[in-house]
Amino acid sequence: MAIPHAGVVKPGTSRNTKTGSWRVQRPVFLHQECIGCRQCEYICPEGCVFGEGKHFEADLDYCKGCGLCAAVCPKQDIEMKPEENKA
Amino acid sequence: MKRVLEGSQGVSEMVTRCRPQVVSAYPITPQTHIVEFLSQKVANGELQAQFVNVESEFSAASVVLGASATGVRTYTATSSQGLLLMNEVVYNLAGLRLPVVMTVANRAISPPLSIWNDWQDSISVRDAGWLQLYAEDNQEAADMHLQAYRIGEDQRVALPVMVCMDGFILTHAFEPIDIPEQEQADAYLPPYDPLVKLDPAAPLTMGAFMEPDKYLEARYLFHQALAGAAPVVEEAARSFGDMFGRYSGGLLDLYRMDDAEVAMITMGTLSSTVKGVVDELRAQGQRAGAIRIRCYRPFPKSQLASALSRVAKVAVLEKALSVGVGSIVAGEVHSTLYGTPIQVNGYIVGLGGRDIPPATVRTLYEHTAQGRPADGLFVDLKAEHIGDENYQAWRALW
Amino acid sequence: MAKSLLAPGHTACLGCGEALAARLVINAAGPNTIIAEATGCLEIISSRYPESAWEVPWIHSLFDNTAAVAAGIEAALQATGRAGQVNVLSQGGDGATADIGFGPLSGAWERGHDVLHICYDNEAYMNTGVQRSGLTPFHARTSTSPPGKLSLGNPTLKKDMPAIALAHGVPYVATSSAAFPRDIERKVKKALSIRGPKYLQIHVPCPLGWGFDPSQTVEMGKLAVQTGLYPIFEYENGVLTGSMKVKPRPVEDYLKAQVRFRHLFAAKGEALEEQIRAIQQIADANLVRYQMYTPPAEGG
Repeated sequence: MAIPHAGVVKPGTSRNTKTGSWRVQRPVFLHQECIGCRQCEYICPEGCVFGEGKHFEADLDYCKGCGLCAAVCPKQDIEMKPEENKA
Repeated sequence: MKRVLEGSQGVSEMVTRCRPQVVSAYPITPQTHIVEFLSQKVANGELQAQFVNVESEFSAASVVLGASATGVRTYTATSSQGLLLMNEVVYNLAGLRLPVVMTVANRAISPPLSIWNDWQDSISVRDAGWLQLYAEDNQEAADMHLQAYRIGEDQRVALPVMVCMDGFILTHAFEPIDIPEQEQADAYLPPYDPLVKLDPAAPLTMGAFMEPDKYLEARYLFHQALAGAAPVVEEAARSFGDMFGRYSGGLLDLYRMDDAEVAMITMGTLSSTVKGVVDELRAQGQRAGAIRIRCYRPFPKSQLASALSRVAKVAVLEKALSVGVGSIVAGEVHSTLYGTPIQVNGYIVGLGGRDIPPATVRTLYEHTAQGRPADGLFVDLKAEHIGDENYQAWRALW
Repeated sequence: MAKSLLAPGHTACLGCGEALAARLVINAAGPNTIIAEATGCLEIISSRYPESAWEVPWIHSLFDNTAAVAAGIEAALQATGRAGQVNVLSQGGDGATADIGFGPLSGAWERGHDVLHICYDNEAYMNTGVQRSGLTPFHARTSTSPPGKLSLGNPTLKKDMPAIALAHGVPYVATSSAAFPRDIERKVKKALSIRGPKYLQIHVPCPLGWGFDPSQTVEMGKLAVQTGLYPIFEYENGVLTGSMKVKPRPVEDYLKAQVRFRHLFAAKGEALEEQIRAIQQIADANLVRYQMYTPPAEGG
């Protein structure tokens, strides 16, 4: 696509880059002890943890596997597991 | 309405008619009067604008950048060291395609420190992507500002415009200047309608970085925009002529060029002296002519080549210097005439406000007319300042 | 959850404190915001043509002029009758705030523009490869202040930008940390409710630059605060109105957890004890100055 006037870029288009491909480990939300504190949602640098009440997940399209959500969870209800077979 | 005004005041009156909404500048001789007049107009409510008194030229240029990006018409002015200080922003403004208008009150570059006139300041940023217009007198200097907004804001251009006027010679000289009524100015210059702007109602990202697979193309499109702006400059000048009855050419100001054998090329106020010398020479039967480059960027290559097509010799008189190389403008004229047998001479004149009397211009004409070469030849060097050895070596070049 | 105004798909490192803080800032500020951004990590990870992570109007001009560009945006809003109706954020890192961008920031503060300047303080020029900045702490290793036979890391103290802001009469001056997301949110909202210049300096731990595992970003941030090395406080109209209270931890706990201070623990000789003591003194002074900890009364 031709470069538009002054090289301006449309908003939110970074969503086209699926940074999930960077991952070597992924968060597994156990959904056992969650108290709904939303620390995981707050702390994700990608902003890809979503949910409500006491049920949260990571959007694996973008999750880079940094482990922050698991590190901050006060109930240790998130575990980091190695990514399976990367082709 | 015609009044006798200081050149700076003429500019400030015309800029007021242009209705900029954000003005930001830092004082530097000889631009100071322009912004002082504007700040008085804002203080009196005659100009409805935010006047931002910044702490440096770098910030002045950055303030107008932010304001222009938010979709309003802006203005700034500077000279010499101030223009050098805002160098980074000058390039940024052009590349972001923001149609700011800036007056450059042409002044020499230090060292040595000099407050007097030459073109070294604006010439040093000729590659940045701005349009550059050079005024011959104070009427034209004022008129150029109204035209500059119309040209820069034209959606086919969308580029910033530098209006260059010789410092002191124009800024501090009093001349009768006709400033149009507000209604006339409004009829010529409609409100600014930006192609893109910062607005929460329609968010976008400006200034993204580009990788090697695209940067080249981005610069190509930018280059094409400036290169293609010449017709808009001409249109703006022609419309101005129709509306206000004054036309001093769009790209070039040709003087007695129809059957000229030897042409003298220059810019700015020096052109008035050159035209006077051409008249003298013509009265003595010499087929002399003069060309003033009014629009220096984009450089009017084809128009210049056409105007010089039947000329035998050209003398380019420039108040500029590429240190270690010599001429700048003469080099561009040379490249325009590449492949023709026309001889092009380049003379470095008037740096740091050195006066260029008609007799000097006449000497250069004769030097060129006699077929003697001049490749970035300095004019009027004084033995007492450069020493005998240097002086003899220089004289030998003549 | 409302759509984040800093979208995912940006290319920040794993565990990046700056990306975390930036997301919290813009979501707290809301969509009625224009951002002027400096060259740096945040700009690079979020604006690689043809993609942008920003859902608000955003402009990147240069490294050093963000505060002046923001001033221009604010002036344009004033000129078009929108004064106070749109948030203007000027943001950048250490360099853009304390060093190369310092002059224009000082000018903008002196003129009193209605702009919130956010400094994402990761304590070095991270984007260009971890070179030292005016905000690099005492004895930190950076690529231009490496320890060696003649050096113990960065020889200077952190430039006190909050004090400089206060000296300009900035009505709201605060610090925060990526380790305390709700604190960032509260302070951004508070700042934007005030007309005039605002300064918020956010400590954003950098896993790559400081040398720790990405999952420990919050832990590093907390330690920085708990030791007193990164005080969290708020000044309103020149008066200290709030600070985070802590039970102090010794600076070693923070220093030994990062590669950038590892050289202070290389050998337990006298010299290095002296350096650690010097750093402890900085921390202790902060705890007192910002009323983060009141030691129990002597005697009794």
